[in-house]
Order: sequence, then structure tokens, then C-alpha cells
Amino acid sequence: MSAEPLVRVENLNVHFQMPRPHLLAPRPVLHAVDGVSFEIARGRVLGLVGESGCGKTTSGLALLRLVAATGGRVLFDGTDILALDAEAMRGMRRHMQVIFQDPYSSLNPRQTAGDIVRAPLDTQGVGSAAERAARVDELFALVGLRSNQKALYPHQFSGGQRQRICIARALALTPDFIVCDEPVSALDVAIQAQILNLLCKLQDELNLTYLFISHDLAVVQHICDEIAVMYLGSIVEKADNAALFENPRHPYTRALLSAVPSRRTPASATRIRLEGDIPNPIERPDGCRFHTRCPHAQARCRTEAPALTEDRPGHWVACHFSNELDAAADD
Amino acid sequence: MSEAQEPTVPPVRFDDPADVPEVRWRVTAAMFYGNKAAVLGIAVLAAILLVGLFGPLLLQADPFAIVGAPLTAPGELRPLGTDYLGRDVLAGMIHGTRPTLIVALSATAFTVVIGLSVGAVAGFYGGRIDNLLMRITEFFQVLPPLVFAMVIVAIMGAHFMTVIIAIGVTTWTNLARLTRAEFLKIKEREFVLADRAIGVRDSRLILRVLLPNALPPLIIAVTLQTGLTIIYEAALSFLGLTDPDIMTWGKMIGLSRDFFFDAWWSVTFPGLAILLTTLCIALIGDGLNDAFNPRLRGR
Repeated sequence: MSAEPLVRVENLNVHFQMPRPHLLAPRPVLHAVDGVSFEIARGRVLGLVGESGCGKTTSGLALLRLVAATGGRVLFDGTDILALDAEAMRGMRRHMQVIFQDPYSSLNPRQTAGDIVRAPLDTQGVGSAAERAARVDELFALVGLRSNQKALYPHQFSGGQRQRICIARALALTPDFIVCDEPVSALDVAIQAQILNLLCKLQDELNLTYLFISHDLAVVQHICDEIAVMYLGSIVEKADNAALFENPRHPYTRALLSAVPSRRTPASATRIRLEGDIPNPIERPDGCRFHTRCPHAQARCRTEAPALTEDRPGHWVACHFSNELDAAADD
Repeated sequence: MSEAQEPTVPPVRFDDPADVPEVRWRVTAAMFYGNKAAVLGIAVLAAILLVGLFGPLLLQADPFAIVGAPLTAPGELRPLGTDYLGRDVLAGMIHGTRPTLIVALSATAFTVVIGLSVGAVAGFYGGRIDNLLMRITEFFQVLPPLVFAMVIVAIMGAHFMTVIIAIGVTTWTNLARLTRAEFLKIKEREFVLADRAIGVRDSRLILRVLLPNALPPLIIAVTLQTGLTIIYEAALSFLGLTDPDIMTWGKMIGLSRDFFFDAWWSVTFPGLAILLTTLCIALIGDGLNDAFNPRLRGR
């Protein structure tokens, strides 16, 4: 890992003010993202996993300023992009792009595929008209589309092809960093593999840096170097791919991993069943956010929130009892 | 990669030519002309426009002149009969075409400009701006439009332009609310977020991304609005609040309203003209809507 990470997120907060329940009540605050910090070195892939509604997508959008962050810093190559003015941010957008989950709603139905892929070049004023046209052809080839498909409209493509158009659009400005927001979860399994392989290949060839948001652990294991697990707006565990899958240390991560069907886990392996639903992010539980569902919760967990600490090199976990639980798991 | 290679690319007889914008317009035009109802609408509206332009030159009768006995039934001399004062209905209709169309189209244009701007800005920016603009809209909504228009005309005087302004200022609220609702819906879609991510400016997002996607319901609302405008003009005429020297279809209906059972022709023919005009505009609007919708293209 190089000394200076490409992306460094410090204590990112996204809090939404909700409408007052009645006239005199204070505005409730929804803590969608609460104190998230991580860094991604150039050319690496960080996976962000968690249940629906845990704030992983909001984190991804906030660090591209597509959702307004309410606190924290996002350093991109040393520049705090949350502090940039609108015009400077526009220029910064060349270096960071996004691929969305749903290829059916992320393409403008009234633009042709060629126009969609050319739009970033037009918007940022890159090159001459002829150079842009050539670049569009190049991008179509790069993501595996035929250049005679440029004049077709999004509804004339399949889901996988549409996601290829999205990828071509994201690559048009030769960004360094791409937020992949569940790029394959809306696709058929067979197509998922194609798109994942394409993303891997591109990352390799173009030395891209990804923040890969997903709820699918198998996908994350396949593509990511490091993985951060989110629960209710905060990161609960962060480690290298191998370390996390072989030695999960947070009870929530253990529960998630035990739910993944795998060849490696014997059928007899016990599954950790979590009771109840993810709590309401407006009225969050005190102490450890996970204590309402944690099978190992104790009195201390209800009052005191654990900090995310690096108690083994490169392995961060936010749990008061991770060491005790490790010992119990080894037995 | 470069254009120099272009001739060596095997000719793909699929769609590469359609990538040229000019040809894309031709596709849209072909879609439109393929729509029989829309073409019929254009033809009939063109005929009405021709009557408005050249009719008064060919039939140089004064629409206000009393030419015969009141309430004469349509016959050889007066093909559409006379009204309650003995004025020729045909002359009134022909001379009324131009002012009616001018009022209808310019007041509608006025309404569209105000309604779309207010709705688009409110829906796009949301928050306080939305709140402010919607309170203003509600203020205009709670005033009965006709009464409000009357007040404006009464203050500014019964001129032709005043009527256009009065109708425009009082009827934009529905369009503003509809535009806002469409914008609220569309701005949540991910392609808008994707365009933000590449740095598209707000003005372009509103005009080139959100507006085209919001058009289908708006086109229908605008065509209905055109018909409504003609009716408003009629109501103002009926109350004597329009220019007394200019004949319009609305005025003919408004003034002859009480004589419907004695002389159906004095009301029915101008009414049919309004119906026909509104219908043509609706058909054209529908045709344009379909022609611009890429989903209906091809095959």
C-alpha cells in the first residue's frame, strides 16, 4: 500500500432532518451515515457490505457529493472535496464516477446510447467533436458493445448491455475512482458474472480504484481487496478480504457470513440467526447499535458504544468483546 | 478509432446514419406524418388558420352589421342564419377566427411559460424555494380565475392584450402543479443523479433532461388549456369585459346563449368551431408526443 491513499474518508456523516411529527416537536434526525471513516489506496477495491438501509449507498453518494454530507471530510488525492465550491467540484467530477444499481433507471430513456456515453465528454468539454466521436467508439469497444449500437435507445438493450453502457459512461472521462453501487444486483446471475469480470478486467487494465457497494458477500469476496461491514450507518468491522472471511470478529459479520451458502462450510455448520429487524435509524438504540440483535450482548453493550479499533494489524472491529468471542470461537 | 478509417469499416446497414442528428429529426418527422390523426389535425387546423388569415379579405362584411331579421334560420341568403340582433353568423365566425386563435394561442403560451417555469424550479430545487413558490401558486388557486381575470381587465381596461394577460396570469396554476409533480418524480431517477455525477449544470438538467421526460402529461394539459382559454375569453366577453369592437367565437356564444332554444344556429356553429380547433390541437399534441417518444420508434 502506498503512503497516501487516493480516497480518504474521515468521520463522514449524513443526517437527514425529518418533518416534525407535530408543530412544537423538534425535528427528528435520521442518521443515515454516522461517523464513517475509511481509506482506499490507489488501484485497490474496497467493498462496503451490509443490509438494505444500513447507509452503504448513501455513503457512496455522499463521497461524490451526490447527497449532501452533514459532516466529516472526504479527501480525494489530498483535496477535501466537501469543501470545494460548485465550479471546482464540477472539474473534480472528471476523476470520480459512479455506476448505479439499476441499469433500467440510470439511463435517460430519451437519449441514444451514443449520446449517453458522449455526454460526460460534452459536459466537461473534452477534445474536439471528432475526438469525442472516436472516444465513444473506443469506449463501446472497451465494454464489449458494437459501435453500430450507438443510435439505439436504452429500451432496446438488455439489462447486461445497459450496465455496459453505464460502465462506458463512467469510464468516458478516464476517472481514477469509481463508486460501484451494487452494479450487478439487478442482473441475472449469468450476466452478473460477465459484468463482474468486465469490472475486474477494467480495474486491472486501467488501474482503477473502486468503492464496491454490495449486499452480496460472494460478489464482494470475488472482487474486493478489503471489506468494510456497515450496520445502521456505521462501520462495525473492516479487514482484508481473506482476514474477514476466514476470521470474522464482529458478531454481526459472523452472522452475515454464516448465512452465505458455501462449499467450504459443511452443511452441519451452525447458522447464527439474528432475531428481529434492523432498528429504526431515527430512534437508534443507545450504546452499541447492534446490541438489540446481538446474541452475545451484555450490560455494557447497552450503555457504551464501542469504538472501531485496530486490535490486530489491518483488522478493525467495533465490539467490546471481540477478543472473548474469538477465544470462544476457537474452542 | 479515427475517421480516416471510416471507409474501411464494413457498411452496417442498421443505424449508423441515424446517428446524425439531422436524420434523427427525419425519423421523428416520419413518425409524426405516419400518424393519420395528427396529420388530419394539422390539415384542419391549417384550414382554420387560412380562414383566419384570408377569410376577412374574401368576405368583407362587417360582422357587427345588422343584415336581416333577428334569429333568421340558416337559408340560402344567410347560410348559417342570423343572431338575436340580425347579425350574420357566418360573417361573425369568419371574422372571429383570427382574434379567437390569437387569444387562445398567446394566452396559452403565456400560461405555459409561467406554469412550466414555476413548476420546474419548485420541483427541481425543492425545500424553501418549493415552499415559497407553492404558497404563491395556492394564492392564485384560491382566487376564482374568472373573478380574478375580471378584476385585472376592470383595472387595466378592456383591451385585446389585457384579456390575453388576464387569462394567462390566472390559469397557470394547474400546469405549475403538474410540472412540479412530474419533476419531483423524475428527479429521483438515477439517470438524473448520473448526469449530476458527470457535472451537468442545473439549467441543462432542467431543460434538457427533466423537461423532455416530463412532457407527455404536460402536452395533454397544454392542449386542454388551449380549449379552456377560448372558453375564458367567451366568459369575459359575456360579461362585456373584452374589446367590444372585436368579434370572437366566444363572444358569439356568450351573447347568444339565451337564444339557444329559439335559434340553435347562433350558438352551435361557433361552438363547433371551438370544438374542432381544440380537437385538432389535441391530435397534433398527441402526435408530437408519440413522435418524440423513442419507445414507439423503430420496427
